[in-house]
Amino acid sequence: MKPFKKRHPFLFIGPAVALLTLFSLIPIVVAFVISFTDMNLKGLADWSAIGFVGLENYKELFSDSTFLKSIFNTFFYVIIGVPLVIICSLSVALLLNYGTGKIFNTFRAVYYMPSITNIIAVAVIWGYLYNTEYGLFNYLLSFLSVENIPWLEEPTIAKISLIILAVWKGIGINMIIFLAALQGIPKSYYEAAEMDGANRFQVLFQITLPLLRYATFFVTVTTLIGWMQFFEEPFVMTDGGPLDGTISVALFIYEEGFRFSEFGYAAAGSFVLFAMIILVTMIQFKFRKTDTEY
Amino acid sequence: MAATKNKSKVEKTIVLSIMLIGGILVSIPFIWMISSSFKPESEVLAIPPTIIPDNPTIENYINLFTNMNFAVYLRNTIIIVLFSFLGLLFNAMAGYGFAKYDFNGKEKLFYVVLATMMIPGQVTMIPVYLILNYMGLTNTMAGIILPGLAVAFSIFLFRQFMTTIPNDLLEAARLDGAGEFFIFFRLVMPIAKPIFAVQGILTFIAGWNSFLWPLIIANDESLYTLSVGLSLLQGQYANNYALQMAGAAFMVVPIIIIFAFFQKYIVEGFTMSGLK
Repeated sequence: MKPFKKRHPFLFIGPAVALLTLFSLIPIVVAFVISFTDMNLKGLADWSAIGFVGLENYKELFSDSTFLKSIFNTFFYVIIGVPLVIICSLSVALLLNYGTGKIFNTFRAVYYMPSITNIIAVAVIWGYLYNTEYGLFNYLLSFLSVENIPWLEEPTIAKISLIILAVWKGIGINMIIFLAALQGIPKSYYEAAEMDGANRFQVLFQITLPLLRYATFFVTVTTLIGWMQFFEEPFVMTDGGPLDGTISVALFIYEEGFRFSEFGYAAAGSFVLFAMIILVTMIQFKFRKTDTEY
Repeated sequence: MAATKNKSKVEKTIVLSIMLIGGILVSIPFIWMISSSFKPESEVLAIPPTIIPDNPTIENYINLFTNMNFAVYLRNTIIIVLFSFLGLLFNAMAGYGFAKYDFNGKEKLFYVVLATMMIPGQVTMIPVYLILNYMGLTNTMAGIILPGLAVAFSIFLFRQFMTTIPNDLLEAARLDGAGEFFIFFRLVMPIAKPIFAVQGILTFIAGWNSFLWPLIIANDESLYTLSVGLSLLQGQYANNYALQMAGAAFMVVPIIIIFAFFQKYIVEGFTMSGLK
C-alpha cells in the first residue's frame, strides 16, 4: 500500500511537468547550444552538416543593420508604449472603480474586450481603419481638415500606429489588475481622509496611488517584459515594413528562424533579447528596493 | 448635505460621460467591423461611409463557407479548444499535486515550473519546432496541440487555490476508503469550481485565438485554424473589406458573447489570485 501511495503525487504532476520539460526546459538548452552553430535548413535534414561557429552568430548580430534597427524600434515601442498603457489602464480602472452597478460592469466588459480579441481579427479590422484612402480614421480626420495620413506607409508614423493599436489591446488586462487592487483598499482609509477634509485630488495622490504601489510595480514589470517582446502587431500589420521601420527584435528572430531558416543565428538573437529582458527587469527590482527604503 | 449631494451628482455625470466617450473610442473598431460585415462589396468602399448599411446583406457570411473553407477551420479550432481543456485538466492536477502532496524535491520542482514562465516565447519557439520536427510531428494536429497544453501560470494559480482546501477534508475521505483520483474528481474539483471557471474561460479564449503555432506547424490547409484561415483570406481578398470584416466578426463575436456571460468570473479570478 505504502509504495503505491507514494506514486500518486507523480501521477498528478507527471503529465504537466513532462510537457513543460519537453517544450520549455529542453528547448532552452537546445536554443543555447544551437546559438553557437550555423544550423540552418541543411542542418535540419542532416545533423552532420551543422558546424560549431563559437561566438560568430553573436558578433554578426551586432554588425547586422537590421538587427540594430530592430533594437532601436523595440526601445521606441517600449519607451512610448509602456507609460501610455499604464496611464490609460490606471485611468480606466479609477473611472470604473468610481461606482458599482450594471453600467460600470458593462463598461468594464467594453474596455476589456480588445484584449481578448484575436490578433488576426484585430489586424483585419485595423488594417481597414488605417487604410489611407477608404479608412474610417482618415475620413473622420478629413472633417478637421487633416490631410490623409499614411498610417502604415511611413516608418515613424507606422510605429506610432502600431503603438496606438497595442495600447488599445493592452488596456484590458492591466485595468483588471488595477481594479482588483483598488477594490482591496479598505474603505476606512477614504472615510478617514474625508473626515480630515481631504479633497478628491489629495485622496488620489496621497492615498490611492501610494497604496497601488505594488500593483503598479507588478503591471510595470509584466508590461515591460511583454513590450520588449513586441511581435504580433508588426507581424500581422506591416510585416516589419516599410523599410524595416516597424521590425522588432522578436519579429527579427522569427524572420531569421522561420523565413530564412537560419536557426542558429535566430537562436543567438533570442538570447540577446532574453539578456535584455533580464537586465531591464533587474534594474526595475533594484529601483524598487531604493524606493521602499524611504 | 444637499450641496454635497448635488456636487456628487455633477461628479458622477462627469465620470460617466468620460467613461462613455472612452468606451465609444474603444469600441469603434468593433462597431465598424459589425457594420461593414453586412455591407455589399460596393458599399464598403463608399465615401462618405455609412454607419448603418443601406442594403444590409448576409452574403459575406455565406461566402466565408462557400468561397473559403471556414467550416474546416472552425472544426480544427474546436479540436484545439477541446484538447486545450485536457491541458487544463493536467494543469489542475499538477496544481493539486504541488498543493496537497509531500515528496522529495517538491519545492525545487515547483520553482523550476515557475521559472519556465520567465522564458520568452522567442527563445523556445525555434527549438520546439526542431523537437517537433525530430519527432515527426510537423504538419500534424498533435504538433499544433502538444506544446500549448501545459501552462506554468495556470499550474501556479491552481496550486494557490488548492492549498486553501482543508487537509482534514481529504483525510476524512481517505479514511472512508476513497481513492486519490476519486478524491480529486469528486471532492476537489467541485470545491475548486471558481478557479476552474476562470481558467476554463481563459483556456477557451486562448485556444480559439491560437494563431502563431498553427501557422508555423501547419502546411496543409486542412489543418488551418480560424485565425490562420482569416489571415489567408486577408491575403487573397485584400480589397474585399466586407468579406474580411465578416471573417473577423465570425472570430470575434463568439468570444464577446462568452465573455459577456462570464466576465464576472474573470475579475473575481484576478482578485482571487491575490494580485493586489
